[in-house]
Amino acid sequence: MSDPMAEIRASFFIECEELLEALQDGLTAMDGGDDDAETINICFRAVHSMKGGAGAFGLEQLVRFAHRYETVMDEVRAGRLSPDRDAMMLFFRAADVLSDIVRASRDGTEVDQSETEAVLTQLESLAGGALDEEEEEEVTDFQPMTLSFDLDSPPAPTEDTPWTIRFTPHKALFASGNEPQHLLRALSALGEAETVCEQDRIPTLDALDPEDALLSWTITLDSTKSESEIREVFDFVDGICDLEVSGGGGGGGGFALPALDDIPSTIDDGAPAEEAPAPNIAASPPRITLSAPTDETMASDSAAPAPSSAAAPATAPATPTPATPTPVTPTPDAAPAKVETSKPAKPSGQAGGQATASQSKATVRVDLDRIDRLVNLVGELVINQAMLSQSVQEADIPSNSPVSQGLEEFMQLTRDIQDSVMMIRAQPVKSLFQRMSRIVREASAAVNKRTRLVTEGEATEVDKTVIERLADPLTHMIRNAVDHGLESSADRVAAGKSEEGTVTLTAVHRSGRVVIEVSDDGGGINRPKVREIAESKGLIAEGISLSDSEIDNLLFLPGFSTAKEVSDLSGRGVGMDVVRSAIQELGGRISITSEPGVGTCFSISLPLTLAVLDGMVVRSGGETMVVPLGSIVETLSLQDNEIRSVGPGANVLHIRNSFVPLLDLAVALGFREPLESYDGSVVLLITQEDGTRSALVVDSIEEQRQVVIKGLQESYGHVPGIAAATILGDGQVALILDPVDLMSTVAGKKPGAGPSLELAG
Amino acid sequence: MGLQVLAVDDSRTIRDMLKMALTQAGFEARFAEDGVHGLEVLSGTMPDAIITDINMPRLDGFGFIEAVRAQADYRATPILVLTTESAPELKAKARAAGATGWIVKPFDPEKLVRALHTVAGPGAT
Repeated sequence: MSDPMAEIRASFFIECEELLEALQDGLTAMDGGDDDAETINICFRAVHSMKGGAGAFGLEQLVRFAHRYETVMDEVRAGRLSPDRDAMMLFFRAADVLSDIVRASRDGTEVDQSETEAVLTQLESLAGGALDEEEEEEVTDFQPMTLSFDLDSPPAPTEDTPWTIRFTPHKALFASGNEPQHLLRALSALGEAETVCEQDRIPTLDALDPEDALLSWTITLDSTKSESEIREVFDFVDGICDLEVSGGGGGGGGFALPALDDIPSTIDDGAPAEEAPAPNIAASPPRITLSAPTDETMASDSAAPAPSSAAAPATAPATPTPATPTPVTPTPDAAPAKVETSKPAKPSGQAGGQATASQSKATVRVDLDRIDRLVNLVGELVINQAMLSQSVQEADIPSNSPVSQGLEEFMQLTRDIQDSVMMIRAQPVKSLFQRMSRIVREASAAVNKRTRLVTEGEATEVDKTVIERLADPLTHMIRNAVDHGLESSADRVAAGKSEEGTVTLTAVHRSGRVVIEVSDDGGGINRPKVREIAESKGLIAEGISLSDSEIDNLLFLPGFSTAKEVSDLSGRGVGMDVVRSAIQELGGRISITSEPGVGTCFSISLPLTLAVLDGMVVRSGGETMVVPLGSIVETLSLQDNEIRSVGPGANVLHIRNSFVPLLDLAVALGFREPLESYDGSVVLLITQEDGTRSALVVDSIEEQRQVVIKGLQESYGHVPGIAAATILGDGQVALILDPVDLMSTVAGKKPGAGPSLELAG
Repeated sequence: MGLQVLAVDDSRTIRDMLKMALTQAGFEARFAEDGVHGLEVLSGTMPDAIITDINMPRLDGFGFIEAVRAQADYRATPILVLTTESAPELKAKARAAGATGWIVKPFDPEKLVRALHTVAGPGAT
């Protein structure tokens, strides 16, 4: 087994991530005008919990920051501070810094102190000067404490200087759930103790208040411990008992010793001392408790009386009633506040508690590798099932036979298992979106634009790997939106817009894919400028005629950058071309729409999972291929008179009053030359995210089925037009097409052919 | 057999640490995530001691202690408050609510065990 502390530490950082998320949520809600007291409470608790855990692992920087952050938050919680928008931005920034510190603590790196101090200083000035020096002191309370009080006091002489402790509980001590017996036992653990109980205050039974505290104890403790250690035993009952600690070499100093000479007379009056109950006590120097006369019976075998404790005369009450010398353990309890005596037989433990505990939503943490293994196995199962179906079909087994029926159920089950497994890997995009909100804050601060991020569809679930690999491209797009998309505040005001720009991040499931959009309400793409840049950089030929959408798509060309000056933000050597290839690697596509003066929207369309897809198996030029079902809007059979030629090798399909680019799959992939006549060929009508359509000619449609995606990227890199491969039921390998990519690739080779030629009207 | 302890804390990390400290000491520990949950888990059982956090959702530590103390069965059950603050007024508040003692987070496992013994005795043997 690995080190349990290391495990807890790892789990602490996972919890921190959750808490940071909760903090973000709470702050976002507050920023949105939520002034519910519970919202700030949630934020406070999140920071507070991080502090609590961090202390346990000695993560000092985290503790310090969380503490000071929390203190300011407490001001809000207490209603002494009501944060405005700027204050909220500061809270957000502090949350960002906090998450940096969490990650730095986890990875054992350091966060720049000046940055954290700057945020803290601003935060604290927000809260007013109320929080100053004392805060620092409080923080030190968190240092993991191992008790080492010994260092504080001079080494106590171990001999001849026993402590005398007089302990008189108040009634409140019982009410607090404390129990003198346990305290006395704890005390006796510090050394050798003799305990004497005084029962003189016990009234007659009819006058007895059973819950009152009527006993006092005097304990003589032979211990090397310091006074503070002894007092610490009584820490919990401080204020609800009378406690006097005297004697002891360490605590009293010179005070203790004179007692030897002063007290003898008291001893003579006080009657014989008691024998210590513990046998080994005999080895220690003889001594006496001065506080009370001892019981007659005990007196008979008492040890030689000897003077002992300094303060004894002060504490010794003149008591007429005899006290019982009590060995520490079985203290007769005169105040029966212990309700436990009436406790019911303990129900067999877990039953009740476990049942109720399960009411909270249970989760299990599983290693990702295990899930991936399961996903792979299910993939194999799907392939296997397909093969089995095919064999059954080939064996000419009638469809109403038990074998066929059983197989059908098997298919259904396989599909259900597959869906369930995929669901395990799916995660809401929320965490990703939260990271983006930080990017927006930092980006807008860097270019000095006021920006608000609006997110929609945070609960949309996407495969974990997709989410992880989406972070970088999305970050870049968000930065772009803030840096290039939004106009400067002055320009916005001049254009009659609100000074604060808005970047909207949405996620939605659409026809078996997830579509993520980054849009801004900025000035839109400056097409003449884009064109000019592309021409000046030699990316396009000068004077070529381009549609708006084609100009927009120039942004994706490698080496394109519109920023006049490379700002801090976007000019990091990463262009939109890199974003696009990152998206393509995920089997996704990115498209762009823009309207001057209104804004720009980048739309990313991604497969829900990287493991399976519903596909249509087609034949083309003698090859079997799979077209993702989600991209096909309709299938039709072609007649020659529907085809219009728009140039050499470029044809369009005339369908319902519009023209759609037509592509022969086999020709596009180089399987064969174009056919003389396409009469009777099958056409798949493909749609893109932006609604443009295109038509793909294939020879025939074989079947519709679920296929397991086997990536080609690792072995072959990105092949234009090809998304992946799969294994069919007969064991044959088939390529899975990416029809939209295929279309744009082919269109790109022939710049003359526009992607879409809609008929006006 | 050691003490039977109910620990209530909304932080998983703290629960994990408590679990480690308590089981290593041979105690039997049960856990709850907030005050409301704590009362549910408590009901029908008779732990030797209860440990509770203060800042928790739904029902905080003070409310939890009050609710526990309001039940006759638990009037004298030792309750330790687990807190990051050690301010005297917080202790006073905890005591006013009926807490038996307090442990400052981060806690030293040994100290925790000692504190439990101080309020709940050595446990059944």
